[in-house]
Amino acid sequence: MSPLRSSPVFRSASGSRGGQSHCLWTQSPLTRAFVSPSLRLVHVKMADEAVCVGPAPTNKSYLNMDAILEAARQTGAQAVHPGYGFLSENKEFARRLAAHGVTFIGPDTHAIQAMGDKIESKLIAKKAKVNTIPGFDGVVKDAEEAVRIAGEIGYPVMIKASAGGGGKGMRIAWNDEETREGFRFSSQEAASSFGDDRLLIEKFIDNPRHIEIQVLADKHGNALWLNERECSIQRRNQKVVEEAPSTFLDPETRCAMGEQAVSLAKAVQYSSAGTVEFLVDSKKNFYFLEMNTRLQVEHPITECITGLDLVQQMIRVAKGYPLQHRQADIPINGWAIESRVYAEDPYKSFGLPSIGRLSQYQEPVNIPAVRVDSGIQEGSDISIYYDPMISKLVTYGSTRAEALQRMEEALDNYVIRGVTHNIPLLREIITHPRFVSGDISTKFLQEVYPEGFKGHQLSDSERWELLATAVALFVAAQLRSQRFLGNLSDELETCSHVCLPGNSLVCRFLQVDLDGKRVDVSSEWNLASALLPVTVNGTQRTVQCLSRSASGEIDLQYLGTSYKLRVLSKLAAALNKHMPEKVPEDTSSILRSPMPGSVVAVSVKAGDTVAEGQEICVIEAMKMQNSMTAAKTAKVKSVHCNAGDTVGEGDLLVELE
Amino acid sequence: MAALKVVRSGSRLLNGFQSLLNNPRKVTCGVAATVTKHPRWYCVSHLSVQERIERKRKAALSGGGQQRIEAQHRRGKLTARERVELLLDPDSFVEYDMFVEHRCSDFGMEADHNKYPGDSVVTGQGRINGRLVYVFSQVKDFTVFGGSLSGAHAQKICKIMDQAMMVGAPVIGLNDSGGARIQEGVESLAGYADIFLRNVMASGVIPQISLIMGPCAGGAVYSPALTDFTFMVKDTSYLFITGPDVVKSVTNEDVTQEELGGAKTHTAVSGVAHKAFENDIDALLNLREFFNFLPLSNKDSAPITECHDPSDRLVPGLDTVVPLETTKAYDMLDIIHGIADEREFFEIMPNYAKNIVVGFARMNGRTVGIVGNQPKVASGCLDINSSVKGARFVRFCDAFNIPIITFVDVPGFLPGTAQEYGGIIRHGAKLLFAFAEATVPKITVITRKAYGGAYDVMSSKHLRGDVNYAWPSAEVAVMGAKGAVQIIFRGKENQAEAEAEYVEKFANPFPAAVRGFVDDIIQPSMTRKRICRDLEVLASKKQANPWKKHANIPL
Repeated sequence: MSPLRSSPVFRSASGSRGGQSHCLWTQSPLTRAFVSPSLRLVHVKMADEAVCVGPAPTNKSYLNMDAILEAARQTGAQAVHPGYGFLSENKEFARRLAAHGVTFIGPDTHAIQAMGDKIESKLIAKKAKVNTIPGFDGVVKDAEEAVRIAGEIGYPVMIKASAGGGGKGMRIAWNDEETREGFRFSSQEAASSFGDDRLLIEKFIDNPRHIEIQVLADKHGNALWLNERECSIQRRNQKVVEEAPSTFLDPETRCAMGEQAVSLAKAVQYSSAGTVEFLVDSKKNFYFLEMNTRLQVEHPITECITGLDLVQQMIRVAKGYPLQHRQADIPINGWAIESRVYAEDPYKSFGLPSIGRLSQYQEPVNIPAVRVDSGIQEGSDISIYYDPMISKLVTYGSTRAEALQRMEEALDNYVIRGVTHNIPLLREIITHPRFVSGDISTKFLQEVYPEGFKGHQLSDSERWELLATAVALFVAAQLRSQRFLGNLSDELETCSHVCLPGNSLVCRFLQVDLDGKRVDVSSEWNLASALLPVTVNGTQRTVQCLSRSASGEIDLQYLGTSYKLRVLSKLAAALNKHMPEKVPEDTSSILRSPMPGSVVAVSVKAGDTVAEGQEICVIEAMKMQNSMTAAKTAKVKSVHCNAGDTVGEGDLLVELE
Repeated sequence: MAALKVVRSGSRLLNGFQSLLNNPRKVTCGVAATVTKHPRWYCVSHLSVQERIERKRKAALSGGGQQRIEAQHRRGKLTARERVELLLDPDSFVEYDMFVEHRCSDFGMEADHNKYPGDSVVTGQGRINGRLVYVFSQVKDFTVFGGSLSGAHAQKICKIMDQAMMVGAPVIGLNDSGGARIQEGVESLAGYADIFLRNVMASGVIPQISLIMGPCAGGAVYSPALTDFTFMVKDTSYLFITGPDVVKSVTNEDVTQEELGGAKTHTAVSGVAHKAFENDIDALLNLREFFNFLPLSNKDSAPITECHDPSDRLVPGLDTVVPLETTKAYDMLDIIHGIADEREFFEIMPNYAKNIVVGFARMNGRTVGIVGNQPKVASGCLDINSSVKGARFVRFCDAFNIPIITFVDVPGFLPGTAQEYGGIIRHGAKLLFAFAEATVPKITVITRKAYGGAYDVMSSKHLRGDVNYAWPSAEVAVMGAKGAVQIIFRGKENQAEAEAEYVEKFANPFPAAVRGFVDDIIQPSMTRKRICRDLEVLASKKQANPWKKHANIPL
């Protein structure tokens, strides 16, 4: 297998758990680096050869250059594709590979260095006549200096890690107090994520759109722009839904942005694929944000609309070939949308990491024009060591409406059990009238859900539909539980109410009478399947039955959101009112870990008095630091965690009096 | 909103359903008004007899009257009749002995106002999902002597038990009784003994299930204890030999009813009860579900329900369920849910001796009993409690023709003085005994460790396992590498090297496979498919133990 032919294999796997892997190209077969816990992940199985580079913690494996260089040496790799994240933008890694005579599939060290440093990149961009955001072009020494500079630029300001990316080590501050706090958090996060705690400050552009230009350059001074990707739907500065092209750009703006992006690429003698990120304000003014010198997570949508295989192009460029295309050859064909499916609880600040074992997992790949890039399968563990991404779900259509329609269908048909996931949020976003009309900004989620995401809100007719589906499902299950086969005692076999399988289809059509409202529900009622296609009053839907209990509790995933319902027979319902309510535990004075992770710091001890909102401890999970605050003013009764502890979701951290 | 009317369209279905309603099986034994007075009274009193029948029937149906019913509801409990109605298919209940009254004549009990038609228990038969079951439901409201057990009460229970044994149908007891009827003295005690005897005679003949829905104290506890399964309702049911007051006066212990004999105590600490449910409705609906797993008698084969889950379904998740590190735990329930029809598993004793998992599932529609070591708890070792829990379950399955599937990941028996003093040898032997004597189809899958004597115990080939599989991760050996090397190479250097050699030799399925002690080494994802196929083949298995009066299991 030639490296080129193997690239699609690699590419589809490059999404594996947030691009945690590196590919090594040997003479011909595909070799892949992996860490011990991921031995049984899909991308490792798909490779021709796999090398373990260490245990799960990333600083011992994917961030361990020695291990990866050794793997390259062992396998005789000619080239290394770094994926995204980890060492993909590490100039030192690229330099050391070069020293070993191994090609780094990506830009030159010079370009990585220039663009990897946000301060330097801004200076270069300015020089290349790229629009930039007003800000402080230098490293901020301490919190007090940060406050001073912020005052000079004017609030709001953005504090971000010089070496950062992906929203990590990034904070927005609206006053001096937040600047100090933001400085502290960002430097800690920057240190743990990138091993570099230098920070910089710039003007924060309120209500912007995040639109980025894909560029592709070769080693012969040619560069192209491959149109834009709109990535405005973000939470905590991390992208959630991306699309290409953007509904917002007119051809002139697109062209202006593309040309500036190309001129920046040329200014640093860029080669390989890269992304120039811009913030675009409501007047279509755009400002250079940063340049990512690697393949982006969201690259598939560009591939969909341009027809170019970016990974293939990167390999060609790395090999020294000139670009095959000219700017005029780059089309916009149709529309592509990408949803990042995360193992996250979307009801907690739009997504806090969750972990677990994927007890059931089924990708909606049977739907046409759907692409799912993932590195996991049924039975995989989602651990605390990496980004909690499950997959990138990409749908394509000749129009945006078609792509959206497919996305809806794909999300409904995506089966993920065993971990909490963000499909409820994704489905709400892509069907929200503001999103559908293209009226979005990076503030979309905060504006649309100011109180936090609460799941789909049912309309009256949806409510009837859901109830009817649950009732019909209940009846179908009840009827089936009366059907026994095989050699029962003779008297039973002669009983008329024992239906044999031939009669199964009889109950396909059910008519539900809900307080006088008639709802027709039909389905094959395959109670073993994770997906339940139903037709309710003529509307076809795929619902998922997440659980069903003997006492009538039914969990249905309907329109993305899961609803808990209880269906009882008339008699049971009438008697149910006599059943006592069980009182759940009082949680106001108990602080529990909202997610699995490790305790970074504990700021209180038993006997301290804490004010409402005061920080009690900091939990780090999936590389994000989360400050846990007191829900009320009280004395600390007991502390159940220490810095460095690993905690699970729901573990008791601190008790207040 | 909970009360939703469902109208089914499709005439065949409707017919099927109606016939269910219109065809309650007629009973031969039941309500019959007999006239014992002199014939010449007959014509005169004919009308008044009819009237009396109606009156008595009404009195029986109303139990203690509306006020008492409401009082029962206020306590979060249903009445005896409501419970029966909810447990059985609609309109399927056929009541026996509605006119029985107690015969006590002491302490003014003979007075008419102290007699209640039917006395303090409702008995009869009916259907659960169309299958016959006998039921008694004790009436603990304060009119009918707190549901206390009179001679008549016991007689009614005995009658349905006798008939259940004759026709071969299970008995479900809904227990809610104040205990013996003190006024009746020894007659009440005799009544208990009559029930106990029948419990014992019926054991292994028909499934017997007890649901404790209120207090059950003193001698009364032994009837549930003799039945196959005891379920409880949380917060409202208690089981104890003597209540907190007596405990205080005898041992000076302060203990609440809940701590002494509540659902939590018996499902997690004592192991007396097999499962607890949230409330009466939850319990009764779950009991219906549970009933579907059981054959009607020991002459019946395990029931097969319609199944939508393909029997040849591959379970890719199982290929990664066992961690690469042999010391790392995983959840045996992941495996059980993975292979079972529709991931459904009715776990028995989920909160007691959690190092072993037992319960019912279906494979291609057929009921199976599943036993699995649980590596997540105490490494899945066998100790006293888990051995007894496993043994009792295995014996139930064997008695009622339910195939047993065993998942083995056991590092051995738990060492220590607590276990030895507690008699782990005797109790461990129970599990060994149970597996060895079982003649139902036995399929065993070794998922990882099968060490030492525990390997033999866990339905090994040597105990007549019909099909024994090993996963590639299986290790069958006398003990783990470290311990083994310390013995074999005591005092020698190069322990690490020796350990590596041992691991190479024994930490894999080959030593067992080359000897035929496992029939095949299978890919975990194929497990469901293989077991379903084996069950099909083994359905006609015939095996008998030598004739004996009964075996002598080491109790």
